[in-house]
Amino acid sequence: MYTGSITVADTPLLRYVLSRADDALVLGHRLSEWCGHAPVLEEDMALSNMALDLIGQARALYTYAAEVEGAGRDEDAYAYLRDVTSYANLLLVEQPNGDFAQTIVRQLLFSAFIDPYWRALMTSSDPTLAAIAAKAEKESAYHLRHASEWTVRLGDGTPESHERAQQALDTLWPFTGELFTVPAGDRGLIDAGVAVDPETLRAPWRATVARVVERATLTLPADGWMQRGGREGRHSEHLGHLLSDLQYLQRAFPGATW
Amino acid sequence: MYAQSLNQQVEGTTAPEDAEAAARFQARVDAEERIEPNDWMPAAYRRTLVRQISQHAHSEIVGMLPEGNWITRAPSLRRKAALIAKVQDECGHGMYLYAAAETLGVTREQLVDELLAGKAKYSSIFNYPTLTWADIGAIGWLVDGAAIMNQIPLCRCSFGPYSRAMIRVCKEESFHQRQGYEIMLTLARGTAAQKVMAQDALNRWWWPCLMMFGPPDAQSQHSDASTRWKIKRFSNDALRQKFVDATVPQAHFLGLTLPDPALRFNEATSHWEFGEIDWTEFKQVLAGNGPCNRDRMAARRAAHTSGDWVREAAQAYAAKERARSAAAAGAA
Repeated sequence: MYTGSITVADTPLLRYVLSRADDALVLGHRLSEWCGHAPVLEEDMALSNMALDLIGQARALYTYAAEVEGAGRDEDAYAYLRDVTSYANLLLVEQPNGDFAQTIVRQLLFSAFIDPYWRALMTSSDPTLAAIAAKAEKESAYHLRHASEWTVRLGDGTPESHERAQQALDTLWPFTGELFTVPAGDRGLIDAGVAVDPETLRAPWRATVARVVERATLTLPADGWMQRGGREGRHSEHLGHLLSDLQYLQRAFPGATW
Repeated sequence: MYAQSLNQQVEGTTAPEDAEAAARFQARVDAEERIEPNDWMPAAYRRTLVRQISQHAHSEIVGMLPEGNWITRAPSLRRKAALIAKVQDECGHGMYLYAAAETLGVTREQLVDELLAGKAKYSSIFNYPTLTWADIGAIGWLVDGAAIMNQIPLCRCSFGPYSRAMIRVCKEESFHQRQGYEIMLTLARGTAAQKVMAQDALNRWWWPCLMMFGPPDAQSQHSDASTRWKIKRFSNDALRQKFVDATVPQAHFLGLTLPDPALRFNEATSHWEFGEIDWTEFKQVLAGNGPCNRDRMAARRAAHTSGDWVREAAQAYAAKERARSAAAAGAA
């Protein structure tokens, strides 16, 4: 028996839900790579905790996607049986962990966006999304606090940590433009009050990041060329390797139950 | 996780101690009272505990590596979340064991330095590789199962902080053990390939797990001081037998075969008798020649070294904050 990648129905709500689930899974997967290798045991705990939160969010969203699609699939089908071009996560979250500064700054840039995003989605006209958002917001508020405190410590710590934090900020900045893009299919959902218009979060996001960056004695990079493509399945090379690990067993033993 | 094999030989108690205090101490131990950090205790008791608790802590931390090896490859989101949570639990165990050791007058930093310098031991079981997903099941079922056999008596250890840590650790370990067994059960009831995977994992982990209980009592160099102090309550062989008796029927329920042709049930004693353990292998692994000794230490050293600048930054920032609040208080 051979089971290849699945093809998912192309409807706006399904696409939207999957893209949010992919953000959470890919970032959660990245954070889980630290488990056992963090700079201090407390961070092994914290990064694992955040990974668990994000994987939990992904599971809730994939489960909802299965309900929306109605094709008899479960959460694992979406996570394990879609190939790289079907994943619709942001490029930011698939970027490698790099050093601790890069992981922290990636988390800051994402959490400063997703925390108000979930808060806004709590009033979605879709009750399932509103409920998922209400749970996720409590978690993302903590992630934001954790990432903010570490960004300040690193930026205002030693010359080396300052340099590394600034380097991380400069490296990741070109991936922040994509936070605010609206894929064609999302416009109708935004108009119907199902989804949130990310453009409305641009100013609060920037204010949060700027505040942390200032406390960290770092410099906010200039807005130059912004990378994009994740939402349309055009990813960096990194995602394919992440999925090779993540999907290995399901691909090697098609159809088995674990 | 924990290995009785790490139980200490007690160093010579040469320092003359207060005989009256020693007698009072022993009377309290005999009366099953808990000794707390600020209580008087013999120097050798303190040394024994520092070594045992810190080696136990190191085992938890090094033990994160073989299981962490499968976090990114876990076969379902449910399994992935459960495995992250489990490895995180091991980290938590390490942290509160280090904290228990710190009540005896050492620091976590000192203890970690000893581990990274290769001066401190950790459980030999973690020097074996996790080759397939079934190893994650086998570790939970067998390694955590063996650890529980060791740790349940430690819940009544005479030293209060250690005994309290063990009570919490045991609760989590028994959950891990059930989780591991459930992974094995799923594989054993799965496809032919999954069953082969489960059997292979059992073949590889069974004997090293029996070694976790330490050398046979006849060869044990342990002083009876640990027993007198009620740190250790059962002998290596007694705990090993208890583990075998509990585990053999579980393997049979899975439909798996234990890799021991000499295994047989003795009706007269109601115990499972098992074959000769290869103690040469055990000694080689303890001596640093297990399949993963070098990899495990390299991973811990790499995590520590590449985190140097992070810890330095946190300290530098804390110092600046202290200076700033002192300056603000001075200005006010």
